[in-house]
Amino acid sequence: MRVVSSVALHVFKESVRDRVLFGLVGFAALLIGASYLIGQLTAGQDVKIIKDLGLAAIATFGLFIAVFIGIGLVWKEVERRSIYALLSKPVRRHEFILGKYLGLALTLLVNVAIMTVALYLVLAYLNTHFTDNARAVWPAPAADPGMLRAIGLILLELLVVTAFALFFSTFSSPFLSAALTFGLWIIGQFNADLRNFEAVVESPAAGYLARGLSYVLPNFAVFDIKTQVVYALPVPFSQLMTTTAYGLAYIALLLTGAIAIFARRDFK
Amino acid sequence: MDAIRTEALTKHYRVGFWRPRPYVALDALTLDVRRGEVFGFLGPNGAGKTTTLKLLMQLIYPTAGRADILGRPVGDVDVRRRIGYLPENPYFYDYLTAEELLEYFASLFGYAAAERRRRVATLLDEVGIGSERRLQLRKFSKGMLQRVGIAQAIVNDPEVVFFDEPMSGLDPLGRREIRQLILRLRDRGCTVFFCSHVLSDAETLCSRVAILARGRLVASGHLSNLLAFQVKGWELVMTGLTGEALDYATRVGHVARATACGVDHYALDLPVAAAPDRVLSELTARGARLVSLTPVRETLEDYFVRQIADAPRDRELEVSHTDAGR
Repeated sequence: MRVVSSVALHVFKESVRDRVLFGLVGFAALLIGASYLIGQLTAGQDVKIIKDLGLAAIATFGLFIAVFIGIGLVWKEVERRSIYALLSKPVRRHEFILGKYLGLALTLLVNVAIMTVALYLVLAYLNTHFTDNARAVWPAPAADPGMLRAIGLILLELLVVTAFALFFSTFSSPFLSAALTFGLWIIGQFNADLRNFEAVVESPAAGYLARGLSYVLPNFAVFDIKTQVVYALPVPFSQLMTTTAYGLAYIALLLTGAIAIFARRDFK
Repeated sequence: MDAIRTEALTKHYRVGFWRPRPYVALDALTLDVRRGEVFGFLGPNGAGKTTTLKLLMQLIYPTAGRADILGRPVGDVDVRRRIGYLPENPYFYDYLTAEELLEYFASLFGYAAAERRRRVATLLDEVGIGSERRLQLRKFSKGMLQRVGIAQAIVNDPEVVFFDEPMSGLDPLGRREIRQLILRLRDRGCTVFFCSHVLSDAETLCSRVAILARGRLVASGHLSNLLAFQVKGWELVMTGLTGEALDYATRVGHVARATACGVDHYALDLPVAAAPDRVLSELTARGARLVSLTPVRETLEDYFVRQIADAPRDRELEVSHTDAGR
């Protein structure tokens, strides 16, 4: 565990010094701040707009961070040959993969936390501009702690995306890894449509194929409860637990695959 | 117990895209390196030196054969606590400083923070990195990175250290410092396995060498044994040598070349087949006097070139060999 945490802390340190990350987080914080101005243009929808935009910004920029840093985690070490010195130390290959993953997970956690604080600050500031009567018609308070459930699932979704990026980076180039990860993320948003494909096609074979694929491919739509939290609709605890278990199982599966591939690899 | 032992260590790769063919990167290398020696692993570019080191570090897996370090298989994590490795042209993390890199690597060995800091400061002094230690590595020159690479290889005070081209990128002063460092490591009892194609370094540092060519071991042993008996001629320096005596010696084939060093003073190159005592007695009988007689031995470079030239050239296996590659 000591080795895994050393590798993870190193990934975190490298990541936070990467200007690309600063750019992404800075831009996300700016966008969340700007949502205040966009909210001003709408009649009585300020809070909703800011929440929608803020959560979308966290999910989108988190996705960019997960993919662009995730795809380079292993590839960069191999391509630049820094892995030679590292693996000659008492580091087992699975510890390397786990350390890399946890390091990026820590980076994501800190970045999502920064974006979340930015969102809550904007909402808290906006809250001071309204009377109690105006606030009474809102479906939820401005700085609603219930939003943390949506942010938690966004983080979990990002961790699954990171696991995909890491898995692909153990055997392919960054370009291919990015294409595959983004491709799976997009397909994963429409997983429910795949499952119901047989309702819109006449060929039973195509229907079965689509249904089969829907079970194999990830379902990223289940992590999205943004609409529910913005409108203060109920989100059952069991749904949160099932989604969390689903995400963690996917991560475990992908990391096991990444470790199995990496353990057999020759670094020529 | 040997520090390093390999038995028929073999690595094949598959080359070619449409019809992959097995390619012999290393062919049945059997080698033993004793504890406390500086062992030179020599060969031209592409001979298989780095492949051997990667197999010993388990960065690649062998097609056949086995390798042990300090009596344990190379994959053993406990062995890695006791060894160090400098890869060829090392590259590290752009955004870390030299201090941070070494602290990171030291943390992998489980040293406490205070011990890590002490080790890192000492090591950076030892490899000649001063105030630059707080600069990010992306700002380092090749020579500076090489010094950092050497420092990280000995961060755990290893019992066996593997250097792949340790002098690469260093200026003459840097090479001298690293040579001295290697000798200090040897004096501490550390075994140094040192890959190079710079033969002067090997001649200065190594007690034993192995020469690899085209994936095959072509020679190994004590440097003195490899070179001592390879006398390739004699240099006879005489004074009072008359023109008539010189003409005679040249005519009968005793002298291959004569170089005048002064009046009646000559340096004579005698072929290896010449009996120097006979030539000497014939010339002294003609009035010449002996100044010196020195055997001209083969240098490591001559030996190396001869071994490489004789090595088999074919490195592709017959397609019927199905055990190639992993």
